[in-house]
Amino acid sequence: MASIGKIARRTFLVGSAAIAGGVAFGVYAYRRDPENPLLADLPEGSVAITPYVRIDADGVTLITPRAEVGQGVTSIQAHLLAEELDVDPHAVRTDPGPASGAYYNAKIAAEGMPFAAWDEGLVSRTGRGAGAVVGKFIGLHITGGSTTVPDGYEKLRLAGASARETLKQAAAARLGVDIADLRTENGTVIPPTGDPIPYTDLAAEAAALDPVDAPLRDPSEWRALGKPMRRTDIVEKSTGTARYGVDIDLPDMLHATVVTNPTLGGGVVSMDTAEAEAMPGIVGVHPITDGAAVVANNTWRAIKAARAIQIDFGTPDLPQDNAAFRALHDAAFTEDSRDSRFTDDGDVDTATGTAFEATYAVPFLHHAPLEPANATVRYTPEHTDIWTATQIPTFVVQQVAAITGQSEDQITLHNLQSGGSFGHRLEALWINQAAEIALNHPGRPIRLTWSREEDMTHPFLRPMAVARGRGTTEDGQVTSLDLSIAAQSVTESQMGRLNQPAVGPDVMIVAAAWDAPYAIPNQRVTGHRVPATVPVSSWRSVGASHNGFFYDVLLDELIHQAGADPVTERLRLMHHEPSRKVLETVADMADWQGPQPSQGVGRGVAFTFAFGVPCAQIIQVEDTPRGLRLTDLWIAAEVGRVLDPINIEAQLSGGALYGLGHAMLAEITHSDGVIEQQNFDTYESLRIYHTPRIQVRALGSGGPIRGAGEPGLPPAAAALSNAIFAATGQRLREMPFAHHVDFA
Amino acid sequence: MRLTVNGIDHEIEVEPDMPLLWLLRDELGLTGPKYGCGVSACGACTVHLDGFAVRSCQILAGDIDGSDVLTIEGLGTPDNPHPVQQAWIEEQVAQCGYCQSGQIMQAVDLLNTTPNPTDEDIDAIMAGNLCRCATYPRIRAAIRRAAGAEGA
Repeated sequence: MASIGKIARRTFLVGSAAIAGGVAFGVYAYRRDPENPLLADLPEGSVAITPYVRIDADGVTLITPRAEVGQGVTSIQAHLLAEELDVDPHAVRTDPGPASGAYYNAKIAAEGMPFAAWDEGLVSRTGRGAGAVVGKFIGLHITGGSTTVPDGYEKLRLAGASARETLKQAAAARLGVDIADLRTENGTVIPPTGDPIPYTDLAAEAAALDPVDAPLRDPSEWRALGKPMRRTDIVEKSTGTARYGVDIDLPDMLHATVVTNPTLGGGVVSMDTAEAEAMPGIVGVHPITDGAAVVANNTWRAIKAARAIQIDFGTPDLPQDNAAFRALHDAAFTEDSRDSRFTDDGDVDTATGTAFEATYAVPFLHHAPLEPANATVRYTPEHTDIWTATQIPTFVVQQVAAITGQSEDQITLHNLQSGGSFGHRLEALWINQAAEIALNHPGRPIRLTWSREEDMTHPFLRPMAVARGRGTTEDGQVTSLDLSIAAQSVTESQMGRLNQPAVGPDVMIVAAAWDAPYAIPNQRVTGHRVPATVPVSSWRSVGASHNGFFYDVLLDELIHQAGADPVTERLRLMHHEPSRKVLETVADMADWQGPQPSQGVGRGVAFTFAFGVPCAQIIQVEDTPRGLRLTDLWIAAEVGRVLDPINIEAQLSGGALYGLGHAMLAEITHSDGVIEQQNFDTYESLRIYHTPRIQVRALGSGGPIRGAGEPGLPPAAAALSNAIFAATGQRLREMPFAHHVDFA
Repeated sequence: MRLTVNGIDHEIEVEPDMPLLWLLRDELGLTGPKYGCGVSACGACTVHLDGFAVRSCQILAGDIDGSDVLTIEGLGTPDNPHPVQQAWIEEQVAQCGYCQSGQIMQAVDLLNTTPNPTDEDIDAIMAGNLCRCATYPRIRAAIRRAAGAEGA
């Protein structure tokens, strides 16, 4: 196998490498694919047909390796498997399965490359194909990038079909009948005569067979997919019985928390733990990387004692406040800092017409899932167990093995669902800390829970970003658009923490700007890389979270200057038919008659193309004596095929509302190098009273199937800014908007 | 101290300044109420104390000797959900689900005092319950559904 470094470099030389290598598309054969990790610990009388279906005397277990962080992927993975396997996803178990390269994500690597998803030309296809090959080679068992459905759509149905046909083959052999005379229903094989045979009865015989590759059913035959589904976790999440990492309870377990340097890698100058050690219920206080851990018999006692630790942290040479961070960004608009220029059409410097220019900015943000960071680790010299919620299982095993000095096969990860993520569970600092603490207490599970204050002040941030936009308009039309974006590289920061190389330009700096599907005759999008300072991370929709705002507000300003209608002019410029259809749909849903339907009421439209999904939104705001009120939000998006209209509505509206809440209210700021926001009282969040009426229409018009977790977010802040301008005449170019206007 | 939790009497020895949340979670093993903020800013820890919704992270053990506590575990079960839980299931409110125990306990209190709440009532009483997934549209729908069911 080629070294990871070689493969990573090849991702940016895709054209020749991929064509020469003959990349295969859409063919997935379980017999050729990586070893089945379920076979390692399989009890007698059980069978694991493909890495996704385990059957024993107790029942059927569907392996759902993409991490459940609220986006509903456990349920959709189970439904994809069950559709072909012929089981009721509510009547069988689901399990995230072990950390394994067998669960590689073929789609996620494809998203990091500069090929617009609307461009289905040869270079784009071979480029994304090379990404799929890399994902498989380096075994990226990873959840993210709205890829669970695109990656699993065929793979999981094929696994279900393979398991079904293998079970039928076992039944055919037992009964001495032709396999063509057997059918399957609700977890049983039904013979021409006699009683149905439960799959569980066939496990031992199926275990002796090679898995059968089977063709997929036509979508017209689907029973569950494509129709409103009930989430497999909805009952437990409505009755307080869903278990998260913070709820883990194991024999002899101890409770821990940490207090560490708010600047990663800043170290400790001195500390005094005497008072903490003497407090009730304290079992131990241990130095760990960058700070101290308190181990107790109750989480609250640990948190209380941690506050009693006197600790003097080192202070690395980093920007100390927001003005210093902003200055780094303002200084990055130079040729030397240029990271990419994937779009350069016509000539923006000589375009004629009325000129316009403006600067836009967004602050650092925290993912801030409501479940605080936590992990439970039990170390013994022979074996280490980890219970945590992670989107990067194989990396977590590698990192914990490095801490405990064990080999990876001595580490078992029990992956859990997470109380939110928004990208946070792509980080693992707290898991490493739990492993460090556990080394002090061999044999005893250590459940580490961060206090909210520790969590809020130790984020992996959505980067601050600044954009300079300019353009021209002439004869009522937009004739040029030139957008330069400066931000730290998320890919460089995040891959660095995973000890992975990140070579070449970072597409995320310009995502959803460089590939906006508008045929503006003179158009240029330039990315500038701000020097790395604080750690930055993939925050729901990543680069599109700021670029949807930058690009679309700039376009809206140009359209306003041109005197054109915001919907009509966008439609005139759009060159991508599915995108036009989405914008027309949302205009129809909202009965768009222009941005000012009545006095004091404004409407803003915005559109972005991110994660392969065209998404258009219209927001209506009302200027009231108590402040601006969001009254309505209309969302339309094209996802290729809608598997579950209920969850797609939840994800598109949830993404938009997450984007709106942060755009309106939230920022992470630094003072003396330390984050100022300590908790949800100062890191403000969307509340129920901010929430508008929402209508969602998800289109499934064919083409590649797409995920919906992120695409709802990028246009939302732009639509709100555009609506506020329509209502008040005030143009908001910097977040959070609450610095400039009041919200009711 | 004595405490009745979900109809069961407990004799408990803990420090008087231990918040009810941690008494429930780490001493009694009731993990339905969740830790989200510890400062009454998120509502994930909401339980009923003597019949009213409270933030259990702000209630100290020493102040509630002899009180009656209801957590989500005592409200209903997967096999026999409370009507408000049933409405939450029917509307498929939850995404990550972490805040929903608190949301449901707050919604039950709202419907106990205001059986037919207006949208303004819902927004006012649910204002302190944070949902980072922003499931608010379906929270409103589930409360309306439960109000209709209870009124029927």
